[in-house]
Amino acid sequence: MRARIQENRTRNSIRAFTDHLATALAILATVLVVAPLIVIFVYLLYKGASSLNVAFFTQIPKPEGETGGGMANAIVGSGMLLAIASLLGIPIGIGGGIYLAEFGRGTRLANAIRFTADVLNGVPSIVMGIAAYSLVVVPMHHYSALAGGVALGIMMIPTVTRTTEEMLLMVPHSIREAALGLGVPNWRSVLSITLKTASPGVITGCMLAFARVAGETAPLLFTALGNQFWSVNLNREIAALPLQIYIYAQSPYDDQHRLAWAGALVLIVLIVLAVSLVRYVASRGILKGAS
Amino acid sequence: MGVGIEVTNLNAWYGANHTLQDINLPIPANHATALIGPSGCGKSTFVRCLNRMHETNPIAKVTGSVRIGETDIYADASPVEVRRRVGMVFQRPNPFPTMSIYDNVASGLKLNGFSNRRALDEIVERSLKHAALWDEVKDDLKKKSGASLSGGQQQRMCIARALAVDPEVLLMDEPASALDPVSTSKIEDLIFQLKSQYTIVIVTHNMQQAARVAEKTGFFLNGRMVEFDSTHKIFTNPSDKRTEDYITGRFG
Repeated sequence: MRARIQENRTRNSIRAFTDHLATALAILATVLVVAPLIVIFVYLLYKGASSLNVAFFTQIPKPEGETGGGMANAIVGSGMLLAIASLLGIPIGIGGGIYLAEFGRGTRLANAIRFTADVLNGVPSIVMGIAAYSLVVVPMHHYSALAGGVALGIMMIPTVTRTTEEMLLMVPHSIREAALGLGVPNWRSVLSITLKTASPGVITGCMLAFARVAGETAPLLFTALGNQFWSVNLNREIAALPLQIYIYAQSPYDDQHRLAWAGALVLIVLIVLAVSLVRYVASRGILKGAS
Repeated sequence: MGVGIEVTNLNAWYGANHTLQDINLPIPANHATALIGPSGCGKSTFVRCLNRMHETNPIAKVTGSVRIGETDIYADASPVEVRRRVGMVFQRPNPFPTMSIYDNVASGLKLNGFSNRRALDEIVERSLKHAALWDEVKDDLKKKSGASLSGGQQQRMCIARALAVDPEVLLMDEPASALDPVSTSKIEDLIFQLKSQYTIVIVTHNMQQAARVAEKTGFFLNGRMVEFDSTHKIFTNPSDKRTEDYITGRFG
C-alpha cells in the first residue's frame, strides 16, 4: 500500500514536471514570435522618431542637398495606390472565393482557379510590376498611379480569394440548410447568410492582403515610378512611402537617411492604424447586425 | 391551414445507394404524422424529399411524385417555391449566428425581400408566441443574438423562424433529439398545439414521442415503408412482424 502511494507520488511529480516544461516551451515560442516585431518597432522608433515633425506630414521632399522637407505626397500617394488596389483586389478576390467555395465546388474550373491563385501567390512581386507595366504602362504610354494600383491589386487577389474560400467552407452546413429550408434562393443565402457568417475571417484575409501590399516597393518601381512633387492625378506618376524610403535610404545624405527611417516608422504605424480601424468598424457593424 | 400530402412511388438515391424504394404514403392534413425506424432506414431522406432539400446534395436523385395540396412539387414548382410552403425544423438547432432573435425569426421574410416593418413586428411576435418562446425573449428581441439562447430555446426559435414564412406543412427531423427532457416536453406540447393549423411530419427515434404527438405513424426499414397506420394500431396491434419486433425493442 505504502509502496503504491510512493510510486504514485513519483509519477505525479514527473507529470507536473512535464507539464511545466511544456508550458515553458510554449511561452518561449510565443516570445520568439513576438520578439522580432517588437525589436523592429523599437529600432524604428529609435532611428525615426526624432525626424518626425509637422513638416514630415505637411511638406513634400526638398531638392537634393537641402535639409528638411517631408513625405506628405508619399503618404497621400500610398493611400491612393492602396485604395485603387483594394477596389480592384478585394471584390475580385471575394468573388473568386465565393465561386470556389459555393458554386464551383469540385469542378475542373474551380480546381484550375485554385491552382492559379496559389501560383499567383508565389509569383515574385517584381514580376507583378513587370506584368502591370506591360498591361497598363505600355498601352497608356506613361507611368501612372493607376498602373501601380493595378499591380498591387493583382497581388491582393490570391490571398483574398483563398482566405474567403477557407472561411466560407468553415461555415457549418446546417446554417446553409436553414436558409435554403426557408425558401431563400441559393445566391441570396450565399450572400446574406454564408458570407455574412464568415465575414470576420474574410475581413482578416482582406486586411492581411492589404498590409502585405502596403509595404511593397518592387511592383511600384516601373508602374507608379515615384514623384518628388504633389500629384493626385491617377494618370501620372505618383509618390509612395515605400518608394520614397527606397530612394532616401540609398541617398548620400544623412538627413535623407533619417527621413527614410521616419518614413518606415510612419508606414508601419499607418498600416496598423488602417487595419485596426477596419476591424473596429467591422466588429461594430457585425454587432449592429445582431442587435 | 395545412394541406394533405400524397406520395406516390417515391424513390431516392445518394449516388449508387438506393435509399428510398417505392414509398407510397398519404399524409393527412392538419394532423401530426410520425415516422419511426432504425438509423439509416431512410426516414430523414424521406422528409427531405418532401421539401426538395434532398436534391441540394449534388449526388442525390429522386423519382416519383409528391403532391402537396394540388401541387406536384417535382413537376409544377421550383425548389424555392416548395420550401416556402413546406417549412423544416432540423435535428440540431441552427440559428443564424450573426443575427438577433428578431432577425432570425424574420429572416425567411426579409431574405425574400419583405420589408414592411410593422407587419414584420407583428409576424415575429405571432410566430414567437406560436412557438411558446415569446415570454422568454420579448425583452431582448433585438439585443440578444439568437445563438446566445439555450439549446431548447434555440430550437423553439427555429420553429418560430419556420412558422414566420407561413408554411402549410411543417417537417421536423428529430427536433428534440439534441435537447434535454424539459425542452423536449415543451417541443412536444408545441407540436400538439400546432397540428390544428399545420400538417406536421415528424421523424423521431423516440417511440414514446411518436405515441404522444402523432395520430398516424409510419415504420421505415431499409429504405422501404413497412407499415403505415394509426399510431394506436402501430403500437398495440401492428400487422407486420417487423414492426412488432422493432417497437418491442428486438432490434434498432
